[in-house]
Amino acid sequence: MSWSAPSSEPPHSAAQLEERFEELIGAVLSSRRSAAGIAQALADAPRALQDFALRWVAVTAKSSPELAYQFAALAPRAVAELGTAGAERWLLAAMDVYDREGLYRASAELKDLGAYAERARERGRGIAFEDAARVLGPFVSGLSGRRLRLEASDAAWTDTSTLYLPTHVSLFEAREDNFRVYKLAAAFLWAQARFGTFNLEPAAYPREARERARLAFLETLRLAARLERELPGLYRDYLALAQPAPGAEFVAAAARLAAPDALAADSLAELARLPASAEPPRWPFVGLIDPERALGVRAERIEREKAALQRALASLPSDEGGEFDRDTARLLEGGAFAPAPDVASLVESIVQDLGEIPQDYLRPASDAGYRADGSEPADAQPAEDGADDGARLYDEWDFRRQHYRRRWCALRERDVQPGDPTFAPRTLERYRAQLRALRRSFEALRGEDKRLRGEPYGDDIDLDALVRARAELAAGGELSERTFVRRARHERDMAVLFTVDMSGSTKGWINDCEREALVLLCEALEVLGDRYAIYGFSGITHKRCEVYRVKRFDEPYDARVRERIAGIQPLDYTRMGPAIRHLTGILAGVEARTRLLVTLSDGKPDDFSDGYRGEYGIEDTRQALIEAKRAGIHPFCITIDREAGEYLPRMYGAVNYTVVSDVARLPLKLAELYRRLTA
Amino acid sequence: MNAPRAPEAAALMIEREPFYRPLHGEVELFEAAWRNRVPVLLKGPTGCGKTRFMEHMAWRLKRPLVTVSCHDDLTAADLVGRYLVTANETVWVDGPMAHAVRIGALLYLDEIVEARKDTTVVIHPLADDRRTLFIEKRGEVLKAPPEFMLAISYNPGYQSVLKELKHSTRQRFVAIDFDYPTPEVEAGIVARESGVDAEIAARLVRLAHMTRNLKGNGLDEGASTRLLVHAGKLMAQGVAPRAACQGAIALALTDEREMLAAVNELVSAVF
Repeated sequence: MSWSAPSSEPPHSAAQLEERFEELIGAVLSSRRSAAGIAQALADAPRALQDFALRWVAVTAKSSPELAYQFAALAPRAVAELGTAGAERWLLAAMDVYDREGLYRASAELKDLGAYAERARERGRGIAFEDAARVLGPFVSGLSGRRLRLEASDAAWTDTSTLYLPTHVSLFEAREDNFRVYKLAAAFLWAQARFGTFNLEPAAYPREARERARLAFLETLRLAARLERELPGLYRDYLALAQPAPGAEFVAAAARLAAPDALAADSLAELARLPASAEPPRWPFVGLIDPERALGVRAERIEREKAALQRALASLPSDEGGEFDRDTARLLEGGAFAPAPDVASLVESIVQDLGEIPQDYLRPASDAGYRADGSEPADAQPAEDGADDGARLYDEWDFRRQHYRRRWCALRERDVQPGDPTFAPRTLERYRAQLRALRRSFEALRGEDKRLRGEPYGDDIDLDALVRARAELAAGGELSERTFVRRARHERDMAVLFTVDMSGSTKGWINDCEREALVLLCEALEVLGDRYAIYGFSGITHKRCEVYRVKRFDEPYDARVRERIAGIQPLDYTRMGPAIRHLTGILAGVEARTRLLVTLSDGKPDDFSDGYRGEYGIEDTRQALIEAKRAGIHPFCITIDREAGEYLPRMYGAVNYTVVSDVARLPLKLAELYRRLTA
Repeated sequence: MNAPRAPEAAALMIEREPFYRPLHGEVELFEAAWRNRVPVLLKGPTGCGKTRFMEHMAWRLKRPLVTVSCHDDLTAADLVGRYLVTANETVWVDGPMAHAVRIGALLYLDEIVEARKDTTVVIHPLADDRRTLFIEKRGEVLKAPPEFMLAISYNPGYQSVLKELKHSTRQRFVAIDFDYPTPEVEAGIVARESGVDAEIAARLVRLAHMTRNLKGNGLDEGASTRLLVHAGKLMAQGVAPRAACQGAIALALTDEREMLAAVNELVSAVF
């Protein structure tokens, strides 16, 4: 969404503005609050700003004229403080509040411009956990074979499975510096897990908070030396941020802890030597250590991985009676013997915890008492209870855990109740003129298996062309090179599944446009002869995800389908992930060279409860699309999103998408998009 | 106008030994397969040395090497041959497969799953004990000489249903599994191929392992040995290490902004 660059047209006069405002928000104006006041305030502003204000007043007025009025009154100040892009975000945030909590809270939000601007400045400078984690998640996974999760917390600490990082860092002016603090904090926590900070006896760790802080600092010095050897680039970042310089006692300790074989026990020994007065400097990236929790998680993991390794070994051929010897262990540790990748990372994780693979790990286990996927116990009631009435259960991606919630969503297929039988004919009538052009453009796409004659190369010789060419040659002309027949395969071996958003938020003209778009699309697709299916999706909570059949692949496009298209109506919420997974399965079962999954939705995935709204839904949808892509399906997403949210690149980053900002144009646009997509 | 012709066998010979570091007896296995006229399937991720291995084996066995990189428009006619028109006649020109059979070459079909399905018609009779190539348009049956060998490569990393190798095809071949070598060996290869010193090579390999940790976890593939060699060559030319890795490795691995940022962070952690 963009507003045009500073326009060269002259500004609107106060009278013109007043007239426009009357038109847009007349309902909330009165003698006490006339349009003249806000028009006067805007009359001196440049044309671009006026257009900006008018456009957003028009948009906002559709939800709430009152909010639109308040926006108009504040717009000049907001643009001055936040810039147009910032003012847009400020208004959208208020509209979000309006959607959730109503007018009273929304107008409070809008009026509190000063506080919003302050927060925006803070955010612009600092960096939030979510933003940092998107980069640091893969970064940390890259550093280590063991899968580490990132989570937001009050402080930086780790339990050796999860790295907890602060929710927000805004220590420095520059965003890059703040990110660097995050990166180093994550790297040092990773190094604690990787280089054995928690490999000591539980009793060895100090109990007092101050002692623990001093130990954490000594460990940082020890691990920094490790980083210097293994990750010199990161070490340079460390040097830049390790300010102020520590006291002489710490410098001496650092020199000793820099030995290549220094362990956590050496840091403990240094702690004992430190004079009681020695206070470590406060470096922004140094976290806390919490041995109790870390040791608990570690012990639990050691048990689990022992079982998993034994289980993996059971599937390997062994010589005598199932025992593996030290040589096997050495091979496994050294990576010389190439086990399956999952076993390799298991071995890596075990060696990180214990330094080697203990002998008793090498006894292959029986199947008893082992969770098949070696994953952590799945928590909380999955949607099993719905499984008896034909519901399909789907996993859902939980980005906070970086794991799937197993069999979490229960999804059912339902039929759309047929709607108004006159809807499709009316639509066709309304778009009669455009439809002819649409059909023609699709006819041009319709390819048959053709034998192309007179080609410069091909499978066989085109005798007619050759005779002609020879005749021309004999007549003194040049010998044409176009003398071959080529079989051009224009077969469109394509199956496409359209899925439309039937959530409550499409109520009104988005829904109308969706339905019109589908009618036109079907007309075009019938010309083309591609196989296609149409489904709708909606649902409330993970226990009631629904996919609505409008047209199955094996169904002809007939009056019943047309009535079902007319019957598509706004229902509940937008839980996109399970629908995409289900439809991916349907599409994967269709034999075609190219399979296309086109989703048409009106914005952010959203659900009523269990925290699907926002980041969780975005990440789950993204993951579902990645899964579809892995299944050999090309997903393509069309979003009708007035807000052109910043989350779109993230959610659709892995696949292609487009934003249709002008809903009114959707009906023709959808067919056109499909044509371009498959031409 | 001279009729186009297939290249001479001599031009397809490999004169100088291509550098190849054997990992686990694949050279002996390949030689045994060649002697016994069994075709070979090379499996493994991209850039781990499959093509280089073929060049090395061609040199070692002193046979010409015909390599075809398969693409999704590659038909059986492209492999077998076709008639071309010259000034006064139509001339048959052997495709790479017919040519390789005639001169008893090693024929290497790279990324076989990319080719059109009709190529199986000509591959199957050549890959089993018939060892024949039927040239339909000429009514000619070519019997492969004992020196001829068919090798195909296949990257099981693609998780696409469209790019599966059919069992009727894969069960005709002896498979050799390729994977990235151990870190020390790989560093040696990178140093030898790119001309960087051992320290830089070791760091490149460390970076590669980090990206391979991300496979299936945001990246479709980790950095291959080939990418490391590219990065190393840039560095040997004086390009700053971080810039070289960003160009040769990070951008080659992903287009996604955040993943790119993460890989770049890994690069700047190592260099």
